[in-house]
Amino acid sequence: MTSGSSGHGTNSNRGATPTAEYAIELRGIVKRFPGVVANDGVDLKVRRGEIHCLLGENGAGKTTLMRILYGLYRPDAGEILLNGTPIMFHSPRDALAHRIGMVHQHFRLVPTLTVEENVLLGLNEGTGPFLNLRKVRAKIKKISEDYGLPVDTRARVWQLSVGQQQRVEIIKALYRDADVLIMDEPTSVLTPQEVDQLFSTLRHLVDAGLTVIFITHKLDEVMEISDRVTVLRKGKAVATVDTADTNKAELARLMVGREVVFRLEKKPLHRGELLLEVRDIHALNDRGLPALRGVSFELYAGEILGVAGVSGNGQRELAEVLTGLRRVTRGRIVLNGKPMTNRSAREIADMQVAHIPTERKRMGTVPNMSIKENLILKSYRHPPFARGLFVDYQKAKENARRLMQEYKIIAPNEETAVKLLSGGNIQRVVLARELSGKPRLIIAAHPTYGLDVGATEQVREILLEQRDTGAGVLLISEDLEEVMTLSDRIMVMFSGEVMGIIDAAEAKIEEIGLMMAGEKREGVQSGTSAKVS
Amino acid sequence: MVQAPKCLSIERRPIPSGRTIFTVSILAIVAALIVMAIFFAAYGVSPIRAYGAILRGALGNWSGFSETLRRMIPLLLCGVGLTVTLRALFWNIGADGQLLFGAIAATWVALFSGLHGPLVIPAMFAAGFLAGALWGLIPAVLKVKLGINDVITTLMMNYIAIYIVLYLIHGPWKGPSVRGYPLTDIFPPAAQLPTIGNTHVHWPTLLIGLVAAVVAYIMLNRMKSGFEIRVVGENPHAARYAGMSELKTVVIAMLISGGLAGIAGVGEVAGVQLRLLNPAQVSMGYGYTAIIVAWLARKNPLAVIVTSFFFGVLMAGGDVIKVNLGLPFQLINVFNGVIMFFLIGSEIFMHYKISLRRR
Repeated sequence: MTSGSSGHGTNSNRGATPTAEYAIELRGIVKRFPGVVANDGVDLKVRRGEIHCLLGENGAGKTTLMRILYGLYRPDAGEILLNGTPIMFHSPRDALAHRIGMVHQHFRLVPTLTVEENVLLGLNEGTGPFLNLRKVRAKIKKISEDYGLPVDTRARVWQLSVGQQQRVEIIKALYRDADVLIMDEPTSVLTPQEVDQLFSTLRHLVDAGLTVIFITHKLDEVMEISDRVTVLRKGKAVATVDTADTNKAELARLMVGREVVFRLEKKPLHRGELLLEVRDIHALNDRGLPALRGVSFELYAGEILGVAGVSGNGQRELAEVLTGLRRVTRGRIVLNGKPMTNRSAREIADMQVAHIPTERKRMGTVPNMSIKENLILKSYRHPPFARGLFVDYQKAKENARRLMQEYKIIAPNEETAVKLLSGGNIQRVVLARELSGKPRLIIAAHPTYGLDVGATEQVREILLEQRDTGAGVLLISEDLEEVMTLSDRIMVMFSGEVMGIIDAAEAKIEEIGLMMAGEKREGVQSGTSAKVS
Repeated sequence: MVQAPKCLSIERRPIPSGRTIFTVSILAIVAALIVMAIFFAAYGVSPIRAYGAILRGALGNWSGFSETLRRMIPLLLCGVGLTVTLRALFWNIGADGQLLFGAIAATWVALFSGLHGPLVIPAMFAAGFLAGALWGLIPAVLKVKLGINDVITTLMMNYIAIYIVLYLIHGPWKGPSVRGYPLTDIFPPAAQLPTIGNTHVHWPTLLIGLVAAVVAYIMLNRMKSGFEIRVVGENPHAARYAGMSELKTVVIAMLISGGLAGIAGVGEVAGVQLRLLNPAQVSMGYGYTAIIVAWLARKNPLAVIVTSFFFGVLMAGGDVIKVNLGLPFQLINVFNGVIMFFLIGSEIFMHYKISLRRR
C-alpha cells in the first residue's frame, strides 16, 4: 500500500497545507434504500473557502449525500476525496477527526446540560476523571469571539432560543477544529433576524478559511449566501453553477425539472354565504393559561381567510378549537347555521371540516402505516370503506391508487409506509385524505411549512382550487408572503386576540407588521366581532 | 499490497422485512439456547443430554406431548390477548391476575351458583371471560382517564388477585371435604371440562384459544376496531386527530386480553386442577410467560399458535429435567428470562444492518 493512499485512522490531514483545489470531492456516489435510490451517481466538488449550496427539493437526496460525507451512511458505490486524498468515513467521529463537522436540521443537544457540557460531550478534556472546565470555557470564548457567536456557556440548553441552540451546534463543530462545516437546512427553524445573524456568522467562517456546505431548498437563500451551488434532482446532481451567473428562475427550473410559475393565478372572489361564525371564544393552552381571549370572526364560502401572526399567539389553539381538539371555555362557534361549539373531532370531521394539521408527521399521519391506510384514517367508518364491522381494504386500495395519481404522491406503491416518504409526499397524503371528501370548511395550518418549491406550489394551487369550488379556507401561516398572496382577507392575531381583519387587496405589509406586534386596528375592540367591511 | 483490516459497519434499515424478523428471532432463540447450555453445564449435566431430555420428554411420546399441549393452552389464550394490547401500546403485565379472576369466576359457577347440567361449562367460560375482562378494565380506564402508568397498575393488580384467591381458599370457599387444607371442594362432574383420553388436555379451551387466534388476527387486520387499535398504538396523536376514542379502543383491547386470560383461568381450574387452590399452582406464571410468547410472535396472533407451543415444550421439558436429571424446575424460568433478554436485545438487529466490510 502506497503511503498516503489512505488517511483513515490517523490525523495525517490535520494541519497539513492542502494543495488540492477542492476541499471535498464526491465521485459517483450511489446510495440505495429499499424501494428508493436516494443518490444515483452524484458528483460534488466543493472548493476550499467557499459557501457551497446544495439545492434540491425534499427527497432529492441532499441530506443522504451529506450523511454519507459525514460518515453516518455508507455509500453503495462511489468515492470521497478529502483535499485530493481518497477517504471513507466510518462514523461521525471519524469525519470529525478529519475536520468535517455537521449541524443537523434537528439539533443533537442535551437540553438539561449546560452549553459547555454539550460542547464537551464525547470529548476527553482534562485529566483522569476530572474535567478541565476552565480550559474549555477559554476555548469556547475564543471561538465565539473570533467568529461572532455570542453565547452564555453556563446556560442550560433548554433555556436558549432555537437560534442560540444552533450557535451551540456550530461552536461544537468548531471546538472540534472543523474546517468543513455542513449545515442541513439551518434556516428552517429560525426567525428572519436569526437568519441574518447566521448568514453573517457563515461569512465570518469562510473569511477565516473554512468551507461551508449549505443544504437548502430555498432559492432566496442560495442567491444571498452561496458562492456556488449544486442542484440535486431525484438523486442526481443536475448542475453546478456559480451563483453570480445564475438566477432564481434558472435554479427553480433545474430543481423542479420544468418551468416554475411564481405567480399563482387567482380568480376573482365569489363570496358565498356565511359558513363559519366564531363569537367571542376563549380557550386555554396546554399549560392552562389563556390562549384565546375573545376571538370573533366570520368566514364565507368561497373565500380564504388568512391568519397572520408571530407563532405562539393563539393560532395553534384556534385551529384546535375549530377542529374539536381543544375545548372553548367561553363563546360559540356556528358552522352553516349548526352549532359546533365543543363538538368532538369526529363530529366536526363529519360536518365536512377538513384539517391540515401543523405537524404532519406527529399528528397528520401514522408513519408506520401504509399510504393506503393513512388515506382512510378518517373515512374508514363510512361506506364505501366500512362494511359492517369490517374495513374494505380492496376499496381502500383502489382509493389509494386513485388519490396517489390525482395528488401526484410519489411512492413505489400504496403499501409503502408513510415514514419512508419525503415531507412533500407526506403532505400530499394529508391533502389527498382531507380534501377528497369535498370539505366545506378547510382549516389549513402551515400547509407549506418545510416543503420545497414544487410541493409548495401544488399545495397553494389546491387551496385556491378548493376556494374556487366554494369551500371556505382558514389559512394559518407564519409565511407572510403566503398569507398575502393566497388570502382574500387577512386576520392578524396577537396574544390570543384579533388585532384586525383587512382586505388582502388593500393590505400593506407595514400595517400587518404593526398588528403582529400588538397594535390594534382602529375600530377593533377585544371581545367584539370584527365585521366584514 | 497489504489488505486493510475488516471492520463492522452498522446501518439503519427503515423497515425490516418479514424474513429479517424471522431470522433474527430464530437467532435470538439459538443464542438463548447456547447461554442455557452454560447453565446446564454448571449443574454438571451435559447440555446435549439436557436438551435431548427436554425434546424427548416434551415431544417424544404421547404423554409428554399432551403435557406440552396442556401448558400451551393458557399461554395461547393469554398470548393472543397480549398481542392485541401490545398493538394498542397498552402494557398488560396483568394477564396472570386476569387469569386468576377467570378461575375465581369459574369456581363460583361450579360450586356456588346452583347451576346444573350441560349449561354449567358454557356459563363457566362466559363468567371467566367477563371476570378477566372486568379485572383488566380497571387499569385500562385508569390509564386513559387519569394517565396512570399501565405497567404498574396491571402488575400490582396481579398481587391483589393472588391475595383474593388466598383469602377465598383459606376462608369462605374452603371445602368441607378437604380436612382443613386451603382448597375448595372438587368440582362436580358437570363442571369438569372434557379432556382428550386420559390426559390433561382440556380440548374445549384449546379450541377456544385457536379460534381466538384466528379471530384476533382478522380483527386486527380486517376490522374497524382493529384499525383503531393499530392507529392508537402507532400514533395516539393521529388517533385523536382522526377523532378515534382512545378510551374505547384501549377498553376493547383490554376486554379481549383480560377476557382471554380469564378463559385460560377457567381451563386451569376446570380442566386440570378441578378445584380452586393455591394461586401459584393455578397459574405457574402463565401470564408473564405469555408476554414473551406474544413478543416472540411479534404481536401477530396467528404466530402465537407457534410460539405458545414452543414455550409449552419448554415448560413440559422443565418437568422432565426435574424428574429425570434432578435439575430444578426454576431453570425453565431462567430460560424464559434469557430468551426475553435476547429477544429484546435482538430488536436492534432488525432495525440495523450489521456487516463486516473492508475499510
